[in-house]
Amino acid sequence: MNAPLGYLGDQPSQRLVPAEPIVRLEKISKTFPGRDGQPVTALREIDLAVPQGSILGVIGRSGAGKSTLIRLVNGLEKPTTGKVIVDGANIAALPESALRHARRSIGMIFQHFNLLSSRTAAENIALPLEVAGYDKAEIRARVDELLALVGLSDKRNRYPSELSGGQKQRVGIARALATKPKVLLSDEATSALDPETTRSILDLLSRINEELGLTILLITHEMAVIRNIAREVAVIEGGRIVEQGDVFEVFTRPQHEVTRSFLGDEAGRALPPYVQKRLRKEATPDSQAVIRIGFRGPHATDPVLARLAREHGIEANILSGAVDEIAGRPFGTLVVSVPEASARQTLEFLKLHGLDTEVLGHVA
Amino acid sequence: MSPEMIRLIASSTGETLYMVAVSALIATLFGLPLGVFLATSGKGELFAAPWVNRVLGVIVNATRSTPFIILVVAIIPFTRLIAGTSIGTNAAIVPLTIAAAPFIARLIEGAIREVDQGLVEAARAFGASPLQIVLKVLIPEALPGIVLGLTLAIVSLLGFSAMVGAVGGGGLGDLGIRYGYQRFMPEMMLAVVLVLIVLVQAVQSIGDRLARRLNKRIRHG
Repeated sequence: MNAPLGYLGDQPSQRLVPAEPIVRLEKISKTFPGRDGQPVTALREIDLAVPQGSILGVIGRSGAGKSTLIRLVNGLEKPTTGKVIVDGANIAALPESALRHARRSIGMIFQHFNLLSSRTAAENIALPLEVAGYDKAEIRARVDELLALVGLSDKRNRYPSELSGGQKQRVGIARALATKPKVLLSDEATSALDPETTRSILDLLSRINEELGLTILLITHEMAVIRNIAREVAVIEGGRIVEQGDVFEVFTRPQHEVTRSFLGDEAGRALPPYVQKRLRKEATPDSQAVIRIGFRGPHATDPVLARLAREHGIEANILSGAVDEIAGRPFGTLVVSVPEASARQTLEFLKLHGLDTEVLGHVA
Repeated sequence: MSPEMIRLIASSTGETLYMVAVSALIATLFGLPLGVFLATSGKGELFAAPWVNRVLGVIVNATRSTPFIILVVAIIPFTRLIAGTSIGTNAAIVPLTIAAAPFIARLIEGAIREVDQGLVEAARAFGASPLQIVLKVLIPEALPGIVLGLTLAIVSLLGFSAMVGAVGGGGLGDLGIRYGYQRFMPEMMLAVVLVLIVLVQAVQSIGDRLARRLNKRIRHG
């Protein structure tokens, strides 16, 4: 286990065309024995593939099963049925000693960092290397590299109690990378951090993904995490993956209620309270239809409402709106109301222009 | 106080320190692994062996609930087997050790259980074996608690060692009983109690200071 200790860059930094996903869950189910003897099903029939070099985010509410899901990947949990293939090996079927060896190529970071309080930053980072049997000189060189990578060279001799939350997570990341893993698992790694620190940790993870070609599988309940760094997303609810795909596709055309609820807090999607209060399900002759328009990619900045007025004489009343970015691509949301009589024509016109529409309800 | 009395107090203090030191050392040798095992062999834990855990737990509790003075008498044949005699400081070490080991085991179990399970999970995640987790994570992280536990055990041993005086075990308790009580020398009894108080204070403050130095969870100045 004394692999040469070059700089981290012995993995290809250019992402190649993904041939085989590095992590693949096949028909995974997991049940726990419940308190009252009734088994509790945490995961049902999960299929998930994480392409080499990608960042895949799993988003779900608490209790949705995401924590169990990520623990299957490094064998901290065993599936009741199904296969967990990581880098060609079925983690679920490995004997304990082989599993320990396999875990060296799967790093993990945690919500509460899980650093040893009795060890300094440098000693915490050294721990996986000690466990793997590297010699002292190798460990020292590797720890120096890792401290530099996460920007903590000046904090090497500090104990975790002397570090801020963001610094602790940087130590956690350095420790996770110590044995040069091929996959990094992130278990709510930014959930205990403030937004600004979250941003800097996500930037660090993005950089590691790009520079080292490291595949990242993360779980979170925060939309901001997915938006900022994930390229692919899986939405999990009640132990099932209800929606999965490219982040931009999934979040600009959400199919499932849960996906929409995660988007609910996002700028431009939430209705202003005065509209929300008056929103009715049924149309009346003098009500107006409330329509949400999604502008994606190239259409995000089209002057479509001006054209609607000019070409069809329909004057839409703007209720709320925002132009934002998801996964680095512009995405706009506009909520408008139009008279019921023009609603159908408006929807057709918008669809014709390649925009996504959704009738939210009616206001009198 | 006569020079003779001072000499007696000094030599008895030496005997007490010897009994306590040796029995604490041997009891820790047995109590530490036992405590670690008790803390890690429950259902779903590192060395999961729930039945062995339960049986050991019962044995530990039984030993701890036996009054010390009864334990001393009850194990006299065993003491003779180990020490060759049932009277004197060396003989006293046997019951002291047997009484202290399960006590220390429970204290160490408690200290180990205080360690955040997240650290165990992190260590498993980077490929540590159960033994490595014990040696590199659990014991170092529990060390301040272990030191405080051992301090408590040594203080208790000082008390127990005074009790073995009643059965001819030597040491300060023996001196107190023979001179202070049987010969009715209250100044001797007072001296013995004072020396014990000083010893307990010294042990406790050394233990506290060591535990504080080992505890990196708190920011120092």
